[in-house]
Amino acid sequence: MKNMSDQIESGLAERRALHLQKRRSAEARFKWYGRIAVSFGMVCVLFLFTDIISKGAGAFTQTYINMDITFDEQVLGLNRFSTLEEIKAVSFGSFFKKQLRAKYPQATSRKQKSQLYAIFSSDMPLILRNMVIAKPALMGTTSSVSLIADDDTDVYYKHGYGADSNIGRLSQFQKSIVNALASEGRVEKRFNAMFFTSSDSREPELAGIKGALVGSLLTLMVTLLLSFPIAVATAIYLEEFAPSNKFTDFIEVNINNLAAVPSVIFGLLGLAVFINFFGLPRSVPLVGGFVLTLMTLPTIIISSRASIKAVPPSIREAAMGMGASKVQTVLHHVLPLAMPGMLTGTIIGMAQALGETAPLLMIGMVAFIVDVPAGVGDSATVLPVQIFLWSDSPERAFVEKTSAAIMVLLAFLIFMNSAAVWLRKKLERRW
Amino acid sequence: MNMKITQDISVGSIVHGDQAGSDTNPDSYVTVGSPLMEDPKMRVRSVDVFYAKKQAIFDVNFDIGRNEVVSMIGPSGCGKSTFLRCLNRMNDTIDICKVSGELLLDGEDIYSKQIDVVELRARVGMVFQKPNPFPKSIYENVAYGARIHGLTDNSVQLDELVEQSLIRCGLWDEVKDRLSEPATGLSGGQQQRLCIARAIAVNPEVILMDEPCSALDPIATATVEELISELSKNFTIAIVTHSMQQAARVSQRTAYFHLGKLIEVNDTAQVFTNPTHKLTEEYITGRIG
Repeated sequence: MKNMSDQIESGLAERRALHLQKRRSAEARFKWYGRIAVSFGMVCVLFLFTDIISKGAGAFTQTYINMDITFDEQVLGLNRFSTLEEIKAVSFGSFFKKQLRAKYPQATSRKQKSQLYAIFSSDMPLILRNMVIAKPALMGTTSSVSLIADDDTDVYYKHGYGADSNIGRLSQFQKSIVNALASEGRVEKRFNAMFFTSSDSREPELAGIKGALVGSLLTLMVTLLLSFPIAVATAIYLEEFAPSNKFTDFIEVNINNLAAVPSVIFGLLGLAVFINFFGLPRSVPLVGGFVLTLMTLPTIIISSRASIKAVPPSIREAAMGMGASKVQTVLHHVLPLAMPGMLTGTIIGMAQALGETAPLLMIGMVAFIVDVPAGVGDSATVLPVQIFLWSDSPERAFVEKTSAAIMVLLAFLIFMNSAAVWLRKKLERRW
Repeated sequence: MNMKITQDISVGSIVHGDQAGSDTNPDSYVTVGSPLMEDPKMRVRSVDVFYAKKQAIFDVNFDIGRNEVVSMIGPSGCGKSTFLRCLNRMNDTIDICKVSGELLLDGEDIYSKQIDVVELRARVGMVFQKPNPFPKSIYENVAYGARIHGLTDNSVQLDELVEQSLIRCGLWDEVKDRLSEPATGLSGGQQQRLCIARAIAVNPEVILMDEPCSALDPIATATVEELISELSKNFTIAIVTHSMQQAARVSQRTAYFHLGKLIEVNDTAQVFTNPTHKLTEEYITGRIG
């Protein structure tokens, strides 16, 4: 009998050991699943960043060609005392072309001549004119001017120029001129300040991000100013004041559903309501902000309600027991405790709004806009739409501009999020 | 019709008491002892409380005298906390809770339309089971009531009020050097005394205490009990407690609740030495818990 129970006992111990082994390996397996998932994510992010940075880094430099330009008083018909009107009346285009033809007499045919001009940015005559306007003393002198290279020249120079290079769209004739200039040391890459100081352009070498950046800022400002107070007020009312009845339930269900509505629908709604019904202008940050507010509201409301719910009821009871009115209880106790959570929701909503393209296409923020918007009523575009527009352009130089714009967008996002984290840390109770 | 539960209650009827209470006439009982008195601070007549369809309090008639400490005892779920929360309308915050009957404070109906609930709660303060100081400084906790009710004109008066309230709760010496520190950094007993200081800072007439010591250790409990006795010189205090020893120590009268009914009210000494009602006796001897 004793022997028997011993046998059973040893059998149980064996089974337990076996089972333990199984449990351990299951746990190890599970850990590895997690590790694989995390590393897959990391690799993807790393790949994305490497790709964007390697492609976009080029956009932060621009090729310039240093050339001596003779501001001939005779040819231009101007002198250092010429008035603004006189300078504006002169064709700097033909002047610039004449200069180039004089430097490169080997360009004989009509085709070669136009290829010669195309090495430089088509905006060069305008830039030369502005130089003269800014400094009339240039007249009658010969000075070295940094000429902006055309995007094709830029791509050719950046991605490996040389005698047998076949990069880019330059003709053999153009390549020979650029190679010669490069060997003289007249071609150089400089930091592309224009990328941050100018707006969109059909010419990649002149296109910049400023218009879209300002547009994004204005749109987000409108969104934040509208969505945060409305969402917080809604959340407080629904959580603290609304009677619990069918109507409140109906509103709740609808807010939750709105959070899942595709954003392009909000764009259509904005088009119908703000532009067609209220007659607001198209393509403006004001309407963009309205539309993004509609889109962001559910996100902020839901997270604000969650953070209000998380405030312990004992705090409310304490305040009510002291004779605080409902509003005092909310303003003095609930709101300060719920604020960090509300801010988190707001940031998530804002980040979403910053990256949103589809609803803005619907209200015309996809237009080609060259000016930097001065206010919420000016036509503008936003960063993600600018990225979309550039990625759609055929010129090779826009590829790096696209990646660079993505980098700017990501930097904007990181800046915004860290500002929010800082703000939350500051507001958060230390106890 | 008006059958008295006093007579002939068996153990069996206690077990099925809930059913018996809900399917027969709920009003068919009379509180034994001396629940009523002349010129009370608070007068409670025929009060019923419902949570949605479920009745939690059945026809309670009860008077709370001036400057006395009344303790309310009874098994869990007997409605003593619900009853206490009726006395300063804290039940208003629960949507499904309906209170009917007559509750008078100095002859004034506290459930009438003319009564401002904010003012009522300034007159009838409350201390809760778990210490619940605001996540603010010690000073701000005590000053809060005075601020919202506009009790002081300037910061000097407010400082004085805070000091007086803390002194009366015996907390001043412990916290005077760290008034600006978070109240949540205090020990449990200190927090509860702070909550009492916060309640008396608005100078209420009645203080309701809902198991104020159940989250405290014996030493902190003793301190709070001393404080209750001290405060009873100036305030009327109604205290709900699970500890019969505590009820015996701090109160002059004791009310025993059972399944939403007020079974017995008597002098504390009598309730614990010679209870009139069989249910009270069974509870204090430990047969119902």
